[in-house]
Amino acid sequence: MNGRCVRELVRKEFLQLFRDRRNRPLLIVAPLLQLILFGYVVTTDVRETRLAVVDESRTPLSRSLIEAFAASPAFRLQASAADARSLEEDLLQRRVDLGIHIASDFAVRLTARRPAEVQLLFDGSLSHLTSQRAAAAQAVIEDWNRRLLSLGSEPRSPAGGGIEGRIRTWYNPNLESRPYFVPGIVAFLVMLLSLLFTSLAIVREKEAGTMEQLIVTPLRPVEFLLGKTIPFFLVAQGQMVLVIGFARAWFEVPLAGSAVFLFAASGLFLVCTLGVGLWISTVSRTQQQAVLTTFLFLVPFFLLSGFVFPIERMPLLVRAAARLNPLAHFLVIVRGVFLKGVGPTVLWPSCLALAGIGAIVFGAALLKFRKRPG
Amino acid sequence: MAEAVAVRGLSKRFGRFTAVDGIDLTVQEGEIFGFLGPNGAGKSTTIRMLCGILKPSGGCGRVAGLDLFRDAERIKRRIGYLSQQFSLYDDLTPYENLRLFLGIYRVAPSLWAERIEEAVASVGLRPDLHRIVRGLPPGARQRLALACALLHRPRLLFLDEPTSGVDPLARRAFWEFIGGLTRQGISAFVSTHHLEEADRCGRVALMHEGRIVACGPPRRLVAEVLPERPEAGLEDAFAILLRGRAA
Repeated sequence: MNGRCVRELVRKEFLQLFRDRRNRPLLIVAPLLQLILFGYVVTTDVRETRLAVVDESRTPLSRSLIEAFAASPAFRLQASAADARSLEEDLLQRRVDLGIHIASDFAVRLTARRPAEVQLLFDGSLSHLTSQRAAAAQAVIEDWNRRLLSLGSEPRSPAGGGIEGRIRTWYNPNLESRPYFVPGIVAFLVMLLSLLFTSLAIVREKEAGTMEQLIVTPLRPVEFLLGKTIPFFLVAQGQMVLVIGFARAWFEVPLAGSAVFLFAASGLFLVCTLGVGLWISTVSRTQQQAVLTTFLFLVPFFLLSGFVFPIERMPLLVRAAARLNPLAHFLVIVRGVFLKGVGPTVLWPSCLALAGIGAIVFGAALLKFRKRPG
Repeated sequence: MAEAVAVRGLSKRFGRFTAVDGIDLTVQEGEIFGFLGPNGAGKSTTIRMLCGILKPSGGCGRVAGLDLFRDAERIKRRIGYLSQQFSLYDDLTPYENLRLFLGIYRVAPSLWAERIEEAVASVGLRPDLHRIVRGLPPGARQRLALACALLHRPRLLFLDEPTSGVDPLARRAFWEFIGGLTRQGISAFVSTHHLEEADRCGRVALMHEGRIVACGPPRRLVAEVLPERPEAGLEDAFAILLRGRAA
């Protein structure tokens, strides 16, 4: 292998990349725009659940429960419904997301030290949202219960000495979705761009006929592939810096761990994605085919990564497939570094997996390329 | 190295299809060798085998003094190749293209300035050296492609239909340039559609359906095929040769 030759190829690739005016926004603006878009769109936080209440109790106790809901950022008191029927109508028309029905004997039962019931009505047609809203509502009620008990003037709990779990959520104390998702977006964006740029850069040479010219030169396949991948490796790492910096500044997502380790790990991750990009370029004749094939890869990579849908809940076979997904491993690393601040001592299995997948994918692409570059 | 190309029984089969059927070829040092024939005759396949891109199915021979089978990779260092579309990077400048090929051909960097200067002077690219290739006329692009193919000073140049899409004036300049090269002992192996260009070749070979139908100096070929018509051209001779094969 000849270092000077690779250097000139890298130089040429950079010249082409930055000379094309259409590429510049793609390189810088696109990742930031996507980050912002994803950052605002991909959120599972319960906010502003519209609430309607039918209070048949009309007592200080029932009002304090309603106030507890109103005080929570997860809920917004929309209106007081006149009766149960109009509450149902509100839910049906999607004017509200949650209906609370406080029965007339609510305060009476509580002061008589008997359990009182509050009916919570949710719209089950939005199952994923509803389960989270139900949990948030449950939390408000439990919180209110606890305060009621600690007031002293009120009756003590009938199950006096029971176990009370004190839950502390570490690493993301408020269980906000943004610190969870934004690091994943960083990984996903870098994968998308590195895949696309690599496969396109090689297929473009085929389309332009320059590949034919290169084959007649003493250029070795490995030199060519390095010349094609080094620039995009560097560009992708640059985008990592850009996107992470932006995620911290704009979304205020804390980076708890070592940035150096994160870049080392993303280096391993990029070997995998660049390998896939090379492979795509060997099976595509036109840039259009390359783009379509890239998206064919992106969807399973995305779904089987644990980015949105937890891998732990998938069927066994699918979980096994997810183990082969570099994005899944990189997400473990990215979230570990961002949220937990852990390093190689904890994350080495994921790093090892990335290195293994990278070696196999890149090696296979190299072999395939050697056999039939065109 | 008296013979730039010397192959015997060269053949290439793709599955059951025989593209090149056991041809013999010799090209002398400093010779312009014209390679003619209709589309699909096997010209490109032959050139690709001689350049070391395509592994022959059979035969033996040497190109640029190296064995076609054992030294295919090293052959690439000794030959220059100019494809039909002058495959250059059209979003780079001529200077950037030249620099890239200097790197690819492993020319020592201490020689780069000198080689670029030489290339620019010989093909007359000076005013366009730092302009994007895309904007240059076809003639200038062709000269740049030639300059790139000559940077590593090959002794043998393969030109695959180099004059398609170039205006007559540029074509004439091109052939004069090739003539100048051969006077330095460089051989040129040229495939072309333009039969009138064949007159500029020392010898020509006519290929048809994977075989070489006729080979020799153009004038002599015509005289052999049409002895009674001294005014006849290569075109007439080839028409008779190809018709004879078809019958």
